[in-house]
Amino acid sequence: MIAEKIRAILAQHARLTTDINTLSDASDLYDAGLTSLTTVNLMLAIEDQFDIEFPDHMLGRKTFGSIQALCEAVEELVG
Amino acid sequence: MSTTDALQESYQRYLNQLFDAKLLIPSGVKGVYGRSGTFENVIDQFEQYVTRQTRDMKPEVVRFPPVFNRQHYAQTDHIYNFPDLMGSVHSFMGREPEHAELLHKFQCCGDWAHDLDATEVMLAPAACYPLYPSATGTLPEGGRLVDLKSFVFRHEPSDDPARMQSFRMREFVRLGTPEQALAHRDFWLENAQRILKSIGLDVQPVVANDPFFGRGGRQMKATQRDQHLKFELVIPICSEEKPTAITSCNYHLDHFGSVFKINSADGAVAHTACMGFGLERICLALFKHHGLNISQWPESVRKLLDLS
Repeated sequence: MIAEKIRAILAQHARLTTDINTLSDASDLYDAGLTSLTTVNLMLAIEDQFDIEFPDHMLGRKTFGSIQALCEAVEELVG
Repeated sequence: MSTTDALQESYQRYLNQLFDAKLLIPSGVKGVYGRSGTFENVIDQFEQYVTRQTRDMKPEVVRFPPVFNRQHYAQTDHIYNFPDLMGSVHSFMGREPEHAELLHKFQCCGDWAHDLDATEVMLAPAACYPLYPSATGTLPEGGRLVDLKSFVFRHEPSDDPARMQSFRMREFVRLGTPEQALAHRDFWLENAQRILKSIGLDVQPVVANDPFFGRGGRQMKATQRDQHLKFELVIPICSEEKPTAITSCNYHLDHFGSVFKINSADGAVAHTACMGFGLERICLALFKHHGLNISQWPESVRKLLDLS
């Protein structure tokens, strides 16, 4: 469920150069065209959608590097 | 006294000392000061020292004015990342009837600035910004090494004498392959420390981030730190706990290369790196550490900077 929502957010905000439907949950989003600037859009959209706030230590590329990593971060923050 | 209050008091104390010694001249605006001949001479001599130290590298010397093309500004990410720091130049572009209206507002209400329109130029936020749009095309083998200097503008009024709104930056920029850009950044991280330590400024290198704006800016700061893209050389000026960055060394990856279509000789998108000496901050650090009277500075420093 979280993964589906994250995929929808990615499709809308991440301006990926690769079709989101061809990516697995483990695919590298930066290889798929995510940039530092579009990561900001992605972060803000995820925070709004799930009503969470990423703490500073979770703002690195590790968290935003794949759908799977994003799901794990959101699950942790939603509690 | 809170830490913030103590810091404010320390800023004000040093600022007043600089005014009393007539090294800086107040303008009524925080962060905007005149400089005395003595202050300017220290900056000139430091610059000449840097020029002597870099002569063998044969950098191309390029000087841009402190304003640059608004369209080029719009191609950078500056408006996303630092909207609060930007400086946009506006002027009056109406005819006589609009002028009469402008004067009426000017004389009675004070909100005349709303009648101005944006000109073709923005104030440069860093000395290297105007360089990248001028470098579109393919770089020579070995890339380019460019020596730049300009007044730059950042709208951040502060009582900290080291946080000026209008100040000079002397930069060395490398445009080339990723290896060349990184090597430039790493070389200058060492070389700038050597230069600054030789004049008695015991700087420390730290991983740093730019002051990206807003909620989204937190993410940009984390990414920049994560990737070690920015290093600063810091030294206490007004505070031991909150030392001031007097030089920075930055690796931009292919950011400017891709925006302004700059390619390295092998055809790949060029990577860029810049290092910048904050000239006023270096001068303020020298006066703080060696005293306000140059004749009492250490002999070795006066000799290196040719200050008799």
